[in-house]
This record gives sequence, structure tokens and C-alpha cells, in this order.
Amino acid sequence: MDVFLLQLLNGLDKGGAYALIALGLTLIFGTLGVVNFAHGTLFMLGAFCAITFNKLLSLEQVRIDPEKLTPWGTPLEVREPYVEALLGDFGHWLLNYSVPASILLAIPVMAIIGFVMERGLIKHFYNRPHADQILVTFGLAIVIQEIVKTMFGANPIPQIAPESLRGAADIGLMLGTDPGVIVYPVWRMVYLVFAGLVIAAVFAFLQFTTFGMVVRAGMADRETVGLLGINIERRFTIVFAIAAVVAGLAGVMYTPILPPDYHMGMDFLVLSFVVVVVGGMGSLPGAVAAGFLLGILQSFASMNEIKDILPGIDQIIIYLVAVVILLVRPRGLMGRKGVMEN
Amino acid sequence: MEILKVSGVNKSFGGLRALNNVNFAVEEGTVHAIIGPNGAGKSTFLNCMIGRLAPDTGTVMFGDISLTGMKPFEINQVGVSRVFQTPEIFADLTLLENVMIPTMAKRDGIFSLNGFRRLDRDAEVRDKALHMLEDVGLAEKKDMHSGSLSRGDKRRLELAMCLSQDPKLLLLDEPTAGMSRADTNNTIDLLKRIGDRGITKVIIEHDMHVVFSLAKKVTVLAQGTIIAEGKPEDIKGDPRVQEAYLGGAHL
Amino acid sequence: MSARTSPARDLVYFVIFAAAVLTMPVWLAPIGAGYPDLLQKFAIYGLFATGFNLLFGLTGYLSFGHAAFLGVGSYTAVWSFKLLGMNPIPAVILAVVAAGIFALAIGFVSLRRSGIYFSILTLAFAQMSYNLAYSVLTPITNGETGLRVLRSDPRIFDAADGAEGALVSTLFGIEMNGYAGFYFCAVILIAGFFIAQRIFRSPFGIMLRAVKSNQNRMTYTGLNPRPYTLAAFVISGMYAGLAGSLLCITDPLAGAERMQWTASGEVVLMTILGGAGTLLGPLLGAGLIKYFENIFSAFNEQTLHSIFSFLPDFLETPVVGLMSLFVGEGWQLTLGVLFMIIVIFLPGGIMEGVSRLGRLFKGSDKPSAADKGRVEAAAE
Repeated sequence: MDVFLLQLLNGLDKGGAYALIALGLTLIFGTLGVVNFAHGTLFMLGAFCAITFNKLLSLEQVRIDPEKLTPWGTPLEVREPYVEALLGDFGHWLLNYSVPASILLAIPVMAIIGFVMERGLIKHFYNRPHADQILVTFGLAIVIQEIVKTMFGANPIPQIAPESLRGAADIGLMLGTDPGVIVYPVWRMVYLVFAGLVIAAVFAFLQFTTFGMVVRAGMADRETVGLLGINIERRFTIVFAIAAVVAGLAGVMYTPILPPDYHMGMDFLVLSFVVVVVGGMGSLPGAVAAGFLLGILQSFASMNEIKDILPGIDQIIIYLVAVVILLVRPRGLMGRKGVMEN
Repeated sequence: MEILKVSGVNKSFGGLRALNNVNFAVEEGTVHAIIGPNGAGKSTFLNCMIGRLAPDTGTVMFGDISLTGMKPFEINQVGVSRVFQTPEIFADLTLLENVMIPTMAKRDGIFSLNGFRRLDRDAEVRDKALHMLEDVGLAEKKDMHSGSLSRGDKRRLELAMCLSQDPKLLLLDEPTAGMSRADTNNTIDLLKRIGDRGITKVIIEHDMHVVFSLAKKVTVLAQGTIIAEGKPEDIKGDPRVQEAYLGGAHL
Repeated sequence: MSARTSPARDLVYFVIFAAAVLTMPVWLAPIGAGYPDLLQKFAIYGLFATGFNLLFGLTGYLSFGHAAFLGVGSYTAVWSFKLLGMNPIPAVILAVVAAGIFALAIGFVSLRRSGIYFSILTLAFAQMSYNLAYSVLTPITNGETGLRVLRSDPRIFDAADGAEGALVSTLFGIEMNGYAGFYFCAVILIAGFFIAQRIFRSPFGIMLRAVKSNQNRMTYTGLNPRPYTLAAFVISGMYAGLAGSLLCITDPLAGAERMQWTASGEVVLMTILGGAGTLLGPLLGAGLIKYFENIFSAFNEQTLHSIFSFLPDFLETPVVGLMSLFVGEGWQLTLGVLFMIIVIFLPGGIMEGVSRLGRLFKGSDKPSAADKGRVEAAAE
């Protein structure tokens, strides 16, 4: 039971990332009808927002201490980040909390990136076949990746979580097991809660605002909504920007878990597509559910007990599920009948 | 002799009963029209005959072959061709290629791995296809892309494709839907002409003008049930039919 | 197609093609590509893309998992070297057979779906193969290290000879490296091109184009699209396996990374860049990408400075700075940009560009053969 719980938790944080990316992918596919192979790149760009923010904060001023000398007689150089010099304690706090704080940077940046992408490129592919959409966004993903590689290098850049949220918490203790049985990194808990909040926010937005209502109607029946004289184009742009922000935020908060590099987006993209398909093309709850489900399945498949029975299952479980779903129930777990089904 | 015999066919979608114990037979060599108001179940009926839908109960016999449970391509191979409401053609290919494909399908069967033979050396197929295009008056356009044809020409091409297979039975689903008057008349002439070859035809039609200029026998379907059957002139006067068509304004 | 093609014309095309391939060392030398290593890559990836095009270009089914067959071909070839000996001919034959069987299995399942679902199914299978090759299949694939021929391997037919020297496959006493390696691949490429040309012109080929154009009509025309697409899938898988085995001719090493989905993506890029659905396009695309990879990536700032040295200094520095983004490490950026431009403005690839130019000069508005076969992007 304890092992079960631990594996469940282990699967959830990755599942959270899958769910967030898949949510955006589905939102874009459901409303705009576009298959976006550059969506993983948005996740990666979010992560690099966090890195940029951290780099900006860590810019240091070098000052020479007038009184002290180094042991070998030269003046002592004191390095201090500008933010600390300017803002004192708050600056220190900000530096410590740079990962969550970079959300504030990531939201506008990702929204702008999403806006530019949709207006500049995606818009022209609404009526092109899916194959063309895949190809052009695939090309875009390569371009963005390469630009990031030129700017930040090819190596992963580790980010650290705030001091108070580092380390592991003994969750088992809270649940009444013996100490040391279910120990779980705090930041992953934070990620999980964060993913939940973002998902809830997106759903609330779609559920309770007029804008969201139109978007949902558009997902159900695009033509009719267009006929109602609603300016669907402008809403498409906003939907795309929202999806970009969601993917970006997923990326920002994931940085302490996985040091980002320029091609992390592609790795996540393939899996997120599988998630979308398993959940059902065009179904938002499906995307979220499948994201968590596959995260958990993957975590269980990597248990030694399972691997002993089915060697290598941890490597293929997600793809295997996707294949089975596609063959048995092509509309996915929660997809509507007839959406991309044949 | 009856070439097609449908007995006791029922088909429901959820709670909706689309076809209700339909019995229907087509005499060999005749033109048989199925008419009925919108939603009468005409298309469902056709789809049940052609293998796109499986009837819940009942049988569809083509000669002494049972079509129920057969795949569309198998049904075609026994001699049933179909013309669609919107012409279904190979839009990326030339007219000649469009007609060569069904010609080869008839000759080589459902699948044939002719990967090493040259198509342009296959005089038999080519001549037959050209002949069919001439028949429908499209020979001079043979190298055009069929996607750029007018709707009327697409319909002709589709007919040529079906005829190249020398079908025993030709099913036409509203062959003049969405056509101009002139195109409609051309199509009627064409259908009359190929009628001379003795191909049995079943036409589903909205346009009474088309029905009465072609059909020898008419079956009226309303709400999934056959309400009348007979010669066109008898059907015209049948009160049940007029009622089904809301007072018979159409007739 | 039948209107503008004829056996005589195809023969001329074929002879020109064969001559061009065999003389590549001569006419590619001026642009710095005249060395056997790169030429061999042109031939191998040209073959890979030609095969991929038989599936994607003709039927419109976009496979994102063809690298799996490349990998299977490579592994089979190395095993053939290990067990049977260093003769490339059994290696090539076995690789084609193995890849064909593998493609038959994957195709049989994947072709139950079409459109994007087909793409994802093939992707999933390729990723599974890749992950397994890395992990539990280590006894067969030698995992991360990659599979190579060892001195201690049985090599039934030639274990006696070759106790010393590098392990290179040997055909009738000729070592398959340098130009010999290239010419071996070139001959196979020419044969592969010939078969592809025949398929394009055959009844089978036109059926494949019918699959892409209108499956519904095809079904009601008495044709079953499934065996057609499956046959195309298997044939293109065999081409990939063939290419995979040729990769091991000069360097008998097979690694799992050859099966990764980025490798599948590469062959998609090649085919689209050159022009899907055309005979020559995929070969051009493959050549272009391999050329970029090898030549552009070798550029550095110094080369650029020497190229732009004719510019005044105040211009040279920014131009070189800008250009350096696109060469060396950044060659993939060039590739990505080029690819996007092609997809957006020239969906028919380079071949469409060529035929548009041709029309421009001739002043005629007749669509050319290249245009006709072009990707009118999957009729879904």
C-alpha cells in the first residue's frame, strides 16, 4: 500500500506536466483545428523564461572593498547581484524565489510569443491539411530550438527551487505510516499543486466566462459559431496565447525537476501527443485525465516488481497504451464520437 | 427476372427507426426510381444495399448472391456500381487515369501487385477507358486534372468510371442534385442513352422531372416504410403519395 | 501521367540519372562534396528518401516511424557480418528481408488508421523499438555502445582470413571503403531508382495515388485500399532497411540512435524539401540536407571572413556575425528556415520550384509532370 502510494505520487508530477502540455494542444486542436508540433517548444521556451529571469537577477556588480585586502595584498573584490544591492532583503528573497517569480515574466512573454506565432504563421494554415500543419510547425520547432541553442548553448542549465521548498518531505508520516516510507521531494508537491491550479483556472475560465462559452461552443461546432457572426478569429488568437501561456508555465515550474536544454520540448511533445490521443482529440478533460493516467502508469511500470515480470515495460508502456487505445477506441478515453475518427 | 431483391430490411439508429420492414425488388434491365420526402430513409436504404451500413435484420440478394455483410469493394466486384450524390472522383488524377482505375479494378480484382508493368503499355485498359470517355463526351479533356471539371462534367466522368466496369446494376444517388437545368437535361439524356445497354438502374431522386423521364417503375418511401409502388403515372395520382409530399405540391 | 510519359522517355531519364550518380565524384567536387564519405551518404539517404516517398508521396500516409526500419536494417547487416562474414551481399539481402517483415507487422497494425492517427501509431512503434533497443534488447543490439563486429565473432564464411587490419566489409576481395564503398551504394541506388520509377509508372503506382486522392471512391470501385497501402508500406520499409544496411558497409556499427524519431523526422524533411510524389525530389532533398550537414556545419567564422572579405570592414563584421548563426553549429537553423519556407510557399518542394521556373522561361502555363505528382497534401 505504501509503495503503491509512493508510485502514485511519483507519477503525478510528470503527469502534471503532460496534462498541462496536452491541455494546450487539445485547446488548439479543438478550437483552431490545428495540429501544433511546436507546442513542446512552448514548454521549452517557458523553461528558458525561468532561466533568463534568473540570469537577469544574478547580474552582479563588482565593487572593491576599500578596507579589506585579500591575503595576498590586493584589494578584495566583492561580488553582489544588483537586485540585492538595490532592493536589499527583497532582492535576496527574489533571487531565492526566482523560479516561481519568473511566472510573472513568463505570462506576458509566452502570451506575446503565442500571439505572434498564431498571427504570423498558424493563421495561414487553418485550411491546410493536417500534414501541412504538422510539417510547418515541425519546421518552426526546429528553428526555435536552434535559436535557443545559439543563445543558451546546448547543455542543460540546472535551476534550483527556493530554499524552503528544496529537499524531501516525509509525507508518509502525515498519513500515519512509519517514518521514511513515503518520502517525496517538496518541489514535486508544489508542482503538482501548481498544475492543479492552472488546470482549474483554465477550466474555470472556459466554464464561467462568456469568452469561454464561445470557445467551448467553437470546439463543439465551429461552423455554427462562425455563422453566428461572432468574431471567431480574434478568439482563436487568444486561445492560442492561453495555450502558449499554459505550456510556458508548465515549463517554468518544471525547471528544478529537469534541467532544461534546447530539445526538451521535442521529448515532451511526442509524449504529449500520445497523451492527447489517449485522452481523445478535442477533449479537454480527456487530455488532463490521460496526462495524469499515463504519468502514473509510467511510474508503476518502472517498479522492479513489474519489470521483473515484463522486462522493458517501463520503456514502452505509454506507447503501448496509445497503440491499444488507437486500435480499440480511436476516439480516445473521453473524445466525442466522430472527431478525427476513421 | 429479379436482379435485386430486398426482403424484410430493418434499420434503427438509436431509437430512430430509419427503415421499417422494407421489401423491394428490381426487375433486370429496368430503371427503378426510389422517391420520398426528406428523411424518408432513401439514403439509409441505399447504404444498406451497398454495404456501407449493415441492416439490423433482413436480406439483400443480388441474383443469387447475398450482399448482406459484404464489403463495398466486394459488392462492386460482383457487378454493382454506385454514383454518389456529390460526384466522387480521383480529383488529383487526370480524366483518363480516373477511368483506367475502375477498368483495371474490373479486370485485375480487389488487389493486384502490378508493380513492374508499365501502365502506358497497357493498350487494353487505355482503349477501353478512352472509349468510355468518348461515350460521355469528355474525350478531348482526357489529360486534364479531374478536380478542375465543372460539376456536370464530374458527374459524366463518374458515370464513365462506373460504366467502364460494365456493371449489372447501377445505383444512382440523386444524380442531378445541385445541377443547373441544362446539366440536368444533359445527364438525363446520357442516362437514357446508357439505358439502351440494358444496365439495370436504381435511381434515388428528388427531382420528379428526372424520375418521370427515366423510370419505368417508382417506389415511394416515407418514414422508413414503402407506401406505394407502381408505374410513374399511377404514382402521380396516388393520394397517399401526395399526402406524404405535403399535399403533393411537387407533383 | 500516362499522357506525358513513355517508355523511351523514362529510359532516357534513367540513363541520365545513372550517369549523373556514377559521375558524382567529378561534378560534385567543385562544391566541396566530391569525397567518398559524403557521396556515400548522398546515395544511402537518397535511397531512404526514395523509399519513404513511395509511401508518403504516392499514398499520402505520413509515417513518423521510418527510422525504425533503418535501424532494423543496420542491426541485421551487422549481425550478418558477425555470423556469416564480411561480404556485404548477404548483409544487404537479409537486412531488406528483416526490415520487410518488421514493416509488415507494424504496417498491418498502423494502417488500420489513417491521417494523423496513422502518424502517431508509426511514431509510437518506432519509439518503442528505439527504447527497447536501448534497454532490454541489449543482447541483440548491444544497447548504448552500439553493435559492432568483433574479432572473436564466428563469421562462418571468412573467419579464417582477415586476422589483422580494420574490419570493413569486403566484396570479392575489394574493401568497401573509399570509392569502392561509394560505388557499391551508387549501384544499389540506381537499382532502387529504377524500381521506384517502374512503380511510379505501373498500375500499382496509380492505385497508390488513388488511395491518396479518394479512398471512398476506390472502395466503391471494387478496390481494397488496405493491401495497396500495406504493400507500399512494406516496400518503403524495405528501402529503409536497405539504406540501413548500407550505412554499415563501410563502418560496421549499428546504434539505437538511428531509430530515434528525429531520424524519422529527417527523412520527412528530405522528402518534402525535394518534393514529395516526384521521383527526383526526395533524392535532391536528401542530398541537400546531407550537404548542409557536412559542409555548412564545417563553416566557421574564419571561412565566412574569407568569403566576405570583399566587403568593407564596417559591413563585413555584422554580415559575418549574422551568417555565422546559420552555419557551423547552427546549420540546422538554416535547415529549419528553409523547410518552413518550402512548406509555406512551395508545398511541392524544390521540384515544384524547378518546374515553376521552367514554365516561367518557356512562358507556357501547362502544368508539368512534377507539378502533377506533387503533394496536394493528403486528401483527408
